Amino acid sequence: MSDVRPRIRLPRSANAGDVVEVKTLISHNMETGLRRDGSGDAIPRQIIHRFTCEYAGKMVLDVEMEPAISANPYMEFDVQVDESADFVFTWYDDDGSVYSETQSFEVS
Amino acid sequence: VAMVPGAASASAVDDAISAFTGGADVSEGGVTISAPEIAENGNTVPIAVEAPGATEILMIAAGNPTPGVAKFGFGEGAATSRAATRIRLGGTQDVIAIAKMSDGSFARGAVEVKVTIGGCGG
Repeated sequence: MSDVRPRIRLPRSANAGDVVEVKTLISHNMETGLRRDGSGDAIPRQIIHRFTCEYAGKMVLDVEMEPAISANPYMEFDVQVDESADFVFTWYDDDGSVYSETQSFEVS
Repeated sequence: VAMVPGAASASAVDDAISAFTGGADVSEGGVTISAPEIAENGNTVPIAVEAPGATEILMIAAGNPTPGVAKFGFGEGAATSRAATRIRLGGTQDVIAIAKMSDGSFARGAVEVKVTIGGCGG
């Protein structure tokens, strides 16, 4: 898919030790495999089946996703930021593509 | 609970749960699912699940054609055992969450979501 674009929302600032809420969304139509096209043929499944978030090299969230996750999959979760470090977000597509996004985060 | 056309059988739900628990006992409570009571559009239903002390949470939509929704694994960098996402629901049904606690025990929560327009295509 060519139109896959990740979006990340982090708080503007945080103190060391704070819990921050992370929101992620990636544009993807999450084709379930249950739909049929105009000529009655099944449209093959193509979803993002796994999402991970790491912070400071530690796994935060590792999600196995099924076709019941909506198009443009959204994930929201909480991270304790003890130090300034990188967030690494990774999405795994059924077609073998891997989409990755890194964002550095500063704590005061 | 109203039956949804093409809904998974009860045994498919039981199978999904026992594949996760390995057949261990599951207690009620300790798992909170937040979802709208009535979802107008089943294509995108906001849902959050939280189970303090959980290392993994399995989410199941008991009335979808296949019951699996997601399995959330919380790593050492997670501040809480909470996640929120948006899911597809084919019709009015129960959404079930099974949490695996850090001591190896399992807990269950469920909530009914009424769906006005189903979201599984067709």
